[in-house]
Amino acid sequence: MERINAAKKRKVRMGTDEKIFNVLGYIIVTLIALICLFPFWIVVMGSFTSEASVIQNGYWLWPREFSLDSYRQSLASPIAVLKAYGVTILVTTVGTAISVIITTMTGWVLQRKDFPWRNGFSMYFFFTTLFSGGLVPWYILCVSYLGFTNNLLGLILPGMISVWNILLVKGFMGGIPFELVESGKIDGANDITIFFRLILPISKPVVATILLFTALAYWNDWYNCMLFIRDKDMYNLQYFLHHLINSAKAMREIMTQSTLVMDSLPVETMKMSMTIIVTGPIILLYPFIQKYFVSGLTIGAVKG
Amino acid sequence: MKTKKNRLKLLKNNLTLLVMLMPAVLYVFIFNYLPMPGILLAFKKFSYNKGIFNSPWNGFENFRFFFISGDAVRVTFNTFAYNIVFLFLEIAVSVTIAILLNDLRKKRVNKTLQTMMFLPYFVSWVVVASIAYSLFNYENGTVNGVIEALGGDKINIYGTPGYWPFILTAFRLWKTVGYQTVIYLAAIASIDKEIIEAAKVDGANVLQMIFHITLPQLLPTIVILALLSIGNIFRGDFGLFYQLVGNNGLLFEKTDIIDTYVFRSLLQTTNVGMAAAAGLYQSVMCFVFVMVTNACVKKIQPDYALF
Repeated sequence: MERINAAKKRKVRMGTDEKIFNVLGYIIVTLIALICLFPFWIVVMGSFTSEASVIQNGYWLWPREFSLDSYRQSLASPIAVLKAYGVTILVTTVGTAISVIITTMTGWVLQRKDFPWRNGFSMYFFFTTLFSGGLVPWYILCVSYLGFTNNLLGLILPGMISVWNILLVKGFMGGIPFELVESGKIDGANDITIFFRLILPISKPVVATILLFTALAYWNDWYNCMLFIRDKDMYNLQYFLHHLINSAKAMREIMTQSTLVMDSLPVETMKMSMTIIVTGPIILLYPFIQKYFVSGLTIGAVKG
Repeated sequence: MKTKKNRLKLLKNNLTLLVMLMPAVLYVFIFNYLPMPGILLAFKKFSYNKGIFNSPWNGFENFRFFFISGDAVRVTFNTFAYNIVFLFLEIAVSVTIAILLNDLRKKRVNKTLQTMMFLPYFVSWVVVASIAYSLFNYENGTVNGVIEALGGDKINIYGTPGYWPFILTAFRLWKTVGYQTVIYLAAIASIDKEIIEAAKVDGANVLQMIFHITLPQLLPTIVILALLSIGNIFRGDFGLFYQLVGNNGLLFEKTDIIDTYVFRSLLQTTNVGMAAAAGLYQSVMCFVFVMVTNACVKKIQPDYALF
């Protein structure tokens, strides 16, 4: 103990090895971080390059011939993009809201020490993480029995409840002292009031975490759209982009809808500008929400 | 009589809690339990007109086809091998970055670097596919541009399976390492400061600190994340493989995993019976693997067991 105190007084200085390590650390991590950004850079630069230049020389590290044609073309008939935005925003808000309420409620009940069937129900939920019927029976259920084809429910319901999120909430709320419930009961509050008035407000960190992760999953979803949606007007944003990149026909349709006349149609660069248009909101929001994701992951890591 | 009364009372006391639990119970019942009897499909010759229960049985025919065609071995190997490589590289790279980042003293630089590395986690696989296309396509991809600029001959990346294990691994790491680094950084931050101070006073150098303090303290987190991955070792990253490779049959030899195989059998070749057989095979493999792994861990180090 004495030695530790002495060391604190000495104010631990950086040794030579530590300095070298630090410099190496900066170099290596900066390189990795740049590699992480590099692919985004190529896309952004590609979207600002003229079509002729891309056809001739390919996508490059900077626009060899600057042009806004691809954006003009992408936004000339914005109806398709706007529709896709509409679908994604609707599905994300509705889905996330319901998901957060159900998930937190479930996690709360499952950790209540006075709830007699908590172990049985916990097992009921946990088992689904160990075994599943697989894609095929699930798909047939959704298509033949639940009628998800061309139905927005097909985008909202699958993936709404994640058992992992329930377990995360359960772990977090397990740390809330039970006296809080008792004091609420004495004041005559019922379980629903206690949950919404007392528990949810003090559970903000875990609510923020599952809210953001769920919203991100909805925003980035293309899988359910690919499985269930045939009607082009109901495509969500990601699947709209997928469809656009993978079919030259879809690209031409968008272009013929617009009245812009260009020498050459920017097929290649439009793929890039559409990618930017689709990813835009996430990238813009990212710096502000990143810290909530970080703190959320930290809750998960500490709780195991 | 008395126990019945007690049970009613118990039910009445917990009625609100039960009601709160019901939506999730119902949801899991519909989407997780209801499809389970559908595994019967694996033993049937399915047709959409007849439905699950009225389609005729065909014994193990679906499985026979899946295994004899050689597909089973190929997709199982690919799924397993990719996941093992992902598992080890992700741990190695994320832990290394976390340790390096943790030692950087300038907090703002630290945050900026972390932000840059976490960004890929936030974009969808569709966007990743678009990025891959701009980098690798034959006509105007950046990679081929560089090769031409250096005087070489263009390579047809989308037609050569050999490149794809590297490309897929690179993109997987690109997307997940930032996320995992955050978890390991949090774990490092929670290491008891006294241990670190004590080691420094004892004159431990940087490498000794890493190998004798940081890594051992990180071990529980590493083990838990590894166990979660091992439990899913036969479940592939569908988004990664489907979006980057898609229906490009030229590459299947090196890129087809169980998940993409099941998907194609279900929706493109519409061999529903075989898709169900392959899916059931995957579910059973996963289940057995989780149980065995967990049992082993329990025997060696009970604290680390998942359940």
